[in-house]
Amino acid sequence: MTNTLHRYGHSDSFRDDYIIFAIPSRGKNDEDCIPKLKEFLKICAKYNPSNMGNGNRGSVAPEKGLAPTAHWKRNESPDWDQVIEGVCKAGTVSAVFASAGQAHACLKEVIDADFGISVNVSTSVENARRAAETCGIKRHSVEYALAFNDPHDHLPNSQILGLSTMCGHGMVSFNMARKMLDMVREGRRTTQQAVTTLVRLCPCGVYNPERAKRLIEEACREQR
Amino acid sequence: MVINQNKCVACGNCVAICPMGAIYVDQTKNRARINDDACVECGTCYRGMSTEDLNPAMVRTIRKAAKLLRFRFEPEPDVCPTGAFEMNELEMPRLIRQIFSDPVVEHKSTGIKGRGTEEVKTNDVSLRVNTGEVGYTIEFGRPGVGVRFSDIQEMTQSLAKEGVTFEKNNPITHLMTDTATGDLRTDILQEKILSAIVEIKTRIDQVELVLDLVEEVNERIDTVIVVGISTRCEDGEDKILAPLLDNLGYYYARAKTNMGLGRATNKIELKHKEAVAT
Repeated sequence: MTNTLHRYGHSDSFRDDYIIFAIPSRGKNDEDCIPKLKEFLKICAKYNPSNMGNGNRGSVAPEKGLAPTAHWKRNESPDWDQVIEGVCKAGTVSAVFASAGQAHACLKEVIDADFGISVNVSTSVENARRAAETCGIKRHSVEYALAFNDPHDHLPNSQILGLSTMCGHGMVSFNMARKMLDMVREGRRTTQQAVTTLVRLCPCGVYNPERAKRLIEEACREQR
Repeated sequence: MVINQNKCVACGNCVAICPMGAIYVDQTKNRARINDDACVECGTCYRGMSTEDLNPAMVRTIRKAAKLLRFRFEPEPDVCPTGAFEMNELEMPRLIRQIFSDPVVEHKSTGIKGRGTEEVKTNDVSLRVNTGEVGYTIEFGRPGVGVRFSDIQEMTQSLAKEGVTFEKNNPITHLMTDTATGDLRTDILQEKILSAIVEIKTRIDQVELVLDLVEEVNERIDTVIVVGISTRCEDGEDKILAPLLDNLGYYYARAKTNMGLGRATNKIELKHKEAVAT
């Protein structure tokens, strides 16, 4: 399970945001699908993904029982093996790419592997169309994200929304996105540290650290 | 969700973590507390925060001294220093909050088959949305606002009056007592959740009606709604829905695109196919 459809941003804002995910269909092709899902992730890992997830954990996850020294040296490295080995039941597995080249190359190999499992690309409409053309396949179905309806004015500004909605399940709160942005603005955290903190909060592994980094840097630049 | 008051040191890290803004530091007690009505049991505080196992009394003493000297703390912002969050056993109807809000917890006790659905992500295999049909995912409460089932019912009742088809495998449909009226179970109506998705299907000529209806109902219910709208492509292109959305003035920058690589491989499905072929 992931939720990547309703990321906030204009079409160009998704230029570094490609999520490729595989999902078995219950009762149709979910028998013996776990080795295929693992193989799918192994292929993705070869193309320098920004993040990967198996529905239960992403490549950078929260840690329990930290030593007090962790405040000076947190683990920020993605762990692809944990994600791959953690696939234990039929469900969505995904990889996030920050460039069209990586996404297209990965998709091509996934097509060649012919798993027989549904594969989706979540990005801008145009990016997905181009990916299909480049890889020589025809899109089967498409689900468009319409804009947020917010007649009661609940939503924050576009910078916070851009950061927060990259966890489609809403695990990255508006307050946390704002706090990280403020910590970078105040020089209390580097952009990379702030982004890694946000990535840890998304249990599905679909949060895009590269896009988050760019959004934070753009927000800081706008202020200057 | 519970904060162990013996462990909490009121560092306040969890306040910003909570997607619903349900956690606050009670200054009279110097402990973090949860507003139970606002909490949707999503588990972000418990699961999403890293933890240390520091001695609470020691941390409180250090914090007190630093506060006195006006020292500014710079702890990691996603760490609970004493592991004070505890997940308590939930019963219905409160359990429904967790089922719809925590993306990694599954509960079979309500008979709901998970929260998420396959939507058109497996349409190449399931053909859930076929040529000439339009699928909708009407999502309530996300991002960051939450929704009560009474508000969702307002929408499902309005949609039912228009004769839409509710997706039978959707968790909200499972909670309906009558799909003809869109009524939900009464015991859950006041429960608040992080988000929920109502899934329906209509003919292409009903798109304008449905989208107008969603906007109209949203005026009456105090939450945020976002719609996903899907169709099957013909020869790799969507020549019907996208032009219609353009005509109606909708902006749609992002999409989930099913690349058509799936096929039925389960033994029973293959047998069924063979039988149909012969």
